[in-house]
Amino acid sequence: MENQVVITSKNMIKKFGDFVANDHLNFEVYKGEIFGFLGANGAGKTTAMKILCGLLTPTSGEIFVGGFNVYTETEKIKRSIGYMSQKFSLYEDLTVFENIRFYSGIYGLSDADIKMKSNNLMDKLGLSAQRNSLISSLPLGWKQKLAFSIAIIHDPQIVFLDEPTGGVDPITRRQFWDLIYDAAHNGITVFVTTHYMDEAEYCDRISIMVDGRIEALDTPFNLMKTYNSENMDGVFLKLARA
Amino acid sequence: MKTVTVNNISKSYSEVKAIENISFDVNEAEIFGLIGPDGAGKTTIFRILTTLILADHGNASLLNYDVVKDYKKIRQIIGYMPGRFSLYQDLTVEENLNFFATVFGTTIKENYDLIKDIYQQIEPFKKRRAGALSGGMKQKLALSCALIHKPEILILDEPTTGVDAVSRKEFWEMLRQLKNRGITILVSTPYMDEASLCDRVALIQKGKIMQIDTPNKIVNNFEKTLYAVRAGNIYRLLQSLRESELTHSAYPFGQYVHYTAKESLNDVADLLDHLTRNGFQNIEIQEIKPNIEDCFMALMS
Repeated sequence: MENQVVITSKNMIKKFGDFVANDHLNFEVYKGEIFGFLGANGAGKTTAMKILCGLLTPTSGEIFVGGFNVYTETEKIKRSIGYMSQKFSLYEDLTVFENIRFYSGIYGLSDADIKMKSNNLMDKLGLSAQRNSLISSLPLGWKQKLAFSIAIIHDPQIVFLDEPTGGVDPITRRQFWDLIYDAAHNGITVFVTTHYMDEAEYCDRISIMVDGRIEALDTPFNLMKTYNSENMDGVFLKLARA
Repeated sequence: MKTVTVNNISKSYSEVKAIENISFDVNEAEIFGLIGPDGAGKTTIFRILTTLILADHGNASLLNYDVVKDYKKIRQIIGYMPGRFSLYQDLTVEENLNFFATVFGTTIKENYDLIKDIYQQIEPFKKRRAGALSGGMKQKLALSCALIHKPEILILDEPTTGVDAVSRKEFWEMLRQLKNRGITILVSTPYMDEASLCDRVALIQKGKIMQIDTPNKIVNNFEKTLYAVRAGNIYRLLQSLRESELTHSAYPFGQYVHYTAKESLNDVADLLDHLTRNGFQNIEIQEIKPNIEDCFMALMS
């Protein structure tokens, strides 16, 4: 696999007053990669993600997302990424189709594209019969799968997933990861945060943040070897408790 | 003595059956876990036990107090930590604790001993507003507030959801210590790995209990022989196993796929043969002991 870089962060620093939320973050993310972004609560993950999504300006550092500069090209960044979080995803009072149409419109798809893509999407998820059902009537697992599919409906270069799988049953959680693998397989880069350590092991590479710094960045296999642990849970505890 | 008895309770919200014929007992000073995803009915059960809503059918009692008739008494003997952070965001850490102590007619000083180990970790921030605390600290404050009136039974609704792996581990260590002081703990969680930290668990899905037992017995009751399989790209391996006639189940678990075969006779040889024919290399197959998540998925399907 050729390693085409889609995210570059050189010395990313973000300060809030005296507080350093991101302290010299250095990493690259490659095309089609599933990149796990881990850390304890308050380690600075959300701040870094906001910067990468063009929602927050860093204090300093050279940072490019999808080839665009995070200081000057935030609008272009927003158009080339998708975003989904457990907290904010779909409008409960709109139907399945209305949500798809709404987001597709925001992402700038044409009416013809919206029609075709929404049909494909509902087909693929087996949601065609629920086309006119309110989101609030769907089980959580379906909502999450739909939210993810909508987040990539405009074929973004990168999709950011902020704890996407909280609260669902273990089978649905794995079905969700099937969608992630599928997207990565099709060349979409997946940047994901999670508290499930077994999910961390599904990633191609993982970075672990502690107190605003990236303390470790490698493949799960190498991290387990380096930190002499049988699983990522052990690696995480060793780093975050040190 | 059974500290908590739940007898055939059901509850519907208009057409939706939230829980159906739920029964279980909890022993004194036991950590009893309700393990299941969102929508399984965990919160409904807890709200019935905490006397906040009424069951449609069935009955339940805590320390022989009936949840309907003796609701006032029950409210005095339980400590309840709801799923959503339910402290007063605009009050400081200390003010929150004081408030809950006063509501129950006690003082922080009187029961300080019980909360000391937990509260000391957040005491340096006692002048900070609760809304400005980190996830792990909020959780410790909420637990302190639930304990301040020295309850006999603690009911904790998903206390570790959204909390990082380190804080989760610390939280469970605190529960262990409370148990050792004789407090009975009912706790719910969507994290399957936390089941092994309970004395007994109920695996719950779509309003029904699938199994109740000690984590060990649940794991030992797994019917099939389970294998961890690895062979290069996990995505390809999964697809190949799912398409295979031999496969009973195949689920990804970290770097491995957990696999059970339809036929147990020659299962390893058959699997090896299938993978080799499909061009997989560096094939690794080892028999493993299932975990609660394996059992949960087997019960679901």
